[in-house]
Amino acid sequence: MTGNSLLSVEDVTVNLPTPRGNLRAVDHVDLTVGAGRTLGVVGESGCGKTMLSRAILQLLPKKAKLSGRVMFDRQDLLRLSPEKLRKLRGRSLAVVFQDPMTSLNPVLTIGTQLIETLQEHLELDDAAATRRSVELLAAVGIPAPEQRLAQYPHQLSGGMRQRVAIAIALSCEPKLLIADEPTTALDVTIQAQILDLLAREQRRRHMAMIIITHDLGVVAGRTDEVAVMYAGRVVERAPTPDLFKKMRMPYTEALLAALPRLDAAPHTPLPAISGRPPDPTRPLRGCSFAPRCRYAVARCQAEKPALEAAETSAHQFACFHPIEAHAGADV
Amino acid sequence: MMLQSVPSISPGPLLKVDDLVVEYPVGPKIVHAVSGVSLQIARGETLGLVGESGCGKSTLGRAVLQLRRPTAGRVLFDGQDLTEMHGEALRRMRQRVQLIFQDPIASLNPRRKIGDIVAEPLVIAGVKDPEKRKQLVYEMLSAVGLDPTLVVGRLPHEFSGGQCQRICIARALVLNPEFIVCDEPVSALDVSIRAQILNLLEEMKGRFGLTLLFIAHDLAVVKAVSDRVAVMYLGRLCEVGPSEQLFAKPAHPYTALLIEAIPVPDPDVRPTETVPVGEPPSPIAPPSGCRFRTRCPRADQRCSDEMPELRAVAPGQLVACHHPLI
Repeated sequence: MTGNSLLSVEDVTVNLPTPRGNLRAVDHVDLTVGAGRTLGVVGESGCGKTMLSRAILQLLPKKAKLSGRVMFDRQDLLRLSPEKLRKLRGRSLAVVFQDPMTSLNPVLTIGTQLIETLQEHLELDDAAATRRSVELLAAVGIPAPEQRLAQYPHQLSGGMRQRVAIAIALSCEPKLLIADEPTTALDVTIQAQILDLLAREQRRRHMAMIIITHDLGVVAGRTDEVAVMYAGRVVERAPTPDLFKKMRMPYTEALLAALPRLDAAPHTPLPAISGRPPDPTRPLRGCSFAPRCRYAVARCQAEKPALEAAETSAHQFACFHPIEAHAGADV
Repeated sequence: MMLQSVPSISPGPLLKVDDLVVEYPVGPKIVHAVSGVSLQIARGETLGLVGESGCGKSTLGRAVLQLRRPTAGRVLFDGQDLTEMHGEALRRMRQRVQLIFQDPIASLNPRRKIGDIVAEPLVIAGVKDPEKRKQLVYEMLSAVGLDPTLVVGRLPHEFSGGQCQRICIARALVLNPEFIVCDEPVSALDVSIRAQILNLLEEMKGRFGLTLLFIAHDLAVVKAVSDRVAVMYLGRLCEVGPSEQLFAKPAHPYTALLIEAIPVPDPDVRPTETVPVGEPPSPIAPPSGCRFRTRCPRADQRCSDEMPELRAVAPGQLVACHHPLI
């Protein structure tokens, strides 16, 4: 699969030493993203989705131990020198984080931050970089872009700050944009605008994108493929329409069922997932979801199911008792 | 279970907010956080209050409880005006009204044991007998699904966000209040935990006969728990109505916009790109007339000249709009 993919994450594991013992944040993850494609990575807090994105960006905490391989644009990122990595990040590999207030520098103007990025990676003189900055701010829907260049992040609203962060990420025409919970800190109307903006710029630039989110609703209409993570592992992975049509992993199903639905009557009890995710410093021998899974049997506690394909090669899941096998018996 | 204060049962709504105004200075300017809001909540009812950040919904919730004193207007709780109350009378009244916050971890004192945290309201209310306090704390912790014997001696950092929210709920309920303001109680929680806490709130409401003001920005969450929903924009109510009706047939363009903006977990539902661009204006200088007009596709001259008042468009459904959708 490495052949024509822009990014391939191969058997990546991230271990973090903590006072409570080793924490396996990412556990043998394989993923690929083709040029111009969009992958959604879905999971709850602590599932390892952010650590995975940091592993791809080579921005892990110093103490973290990473094994496996991350191939991006035919280069092995783990073998690149820090100098080459820095050139790559911000240029062909860009990122937008959840909180634009912490990813933007509060003491530099918007203009300085944009121009700095442009001049770091592209050979532009001041006038050209300023011109390009104005174009970028206009492209991400910021009114009066010329005036904004002189403003500081705190003078903008959360939505506007996120637009600036996106403008900086897009500034050098990246091949891959990683958006890590890009709209979680924003209101629902602003969220829709930002997601539309990302989709529009992606199409226009034929850029690949990874959207990391806890919200299945965010990935449903906006990704080609979805990977669901739980306790550090990818537990289900499929083309987006297939996943929503036929969820196989009980966790994915439970996650979708637990969302309050607009078409449900008020006071309908939600099918909550009981319990909570396992302690990542105390890995379970069997399936990590088994203690919360209503289909779990003895084998699930004893043995870890591999992520495997069944009828179609594109739809993979890590479960001994995938949904549907139960369809008749389950009542 | 019951404490000494026996509530007087008066007819009419448990809570009646009349033309409430909250303004506060920021430097030389005035923030118009709440500008003339009126609403009622019947006994045993849950009123959902939705709106974007900065719309004044949290300020309204706090002003109802007198945690922030309103600039003008009245808050009648069980027939008594809370805005007129001070000192001991207000403190006694506060035993009947409680607040649950958004960030469950930040709202628990990190240095105090869970048992002491949940017992604190009892101490303030003057329950002097430690055995009695312990009994009430144990009962309430069990009611919210925690094992008291395992929990009381531990500190907040030993618990997850969902468990901390259970502890906050136990603390809010230990005085057996009648009315609770829930301010974004689940927005800091993960999907799987959120459903647990919403179910718990519903269960507690039934079991203890609570009346709730449920504040949230997530419409689907609000719909799941509310009998009626009020939509707030920039300090004013746009629309109030029974949940089902409001979501099926929104009358205010802003309500329709909020509903449309919710991401639907179904790949066949293509996201519409019709959401108008732009953001809410600043509450320091709200627009004249209808405050939503700067983002509204239906706005005309009248909307900037004349402020629309809430009026009925359907049974139980009120809208403040010159050009409602129904």
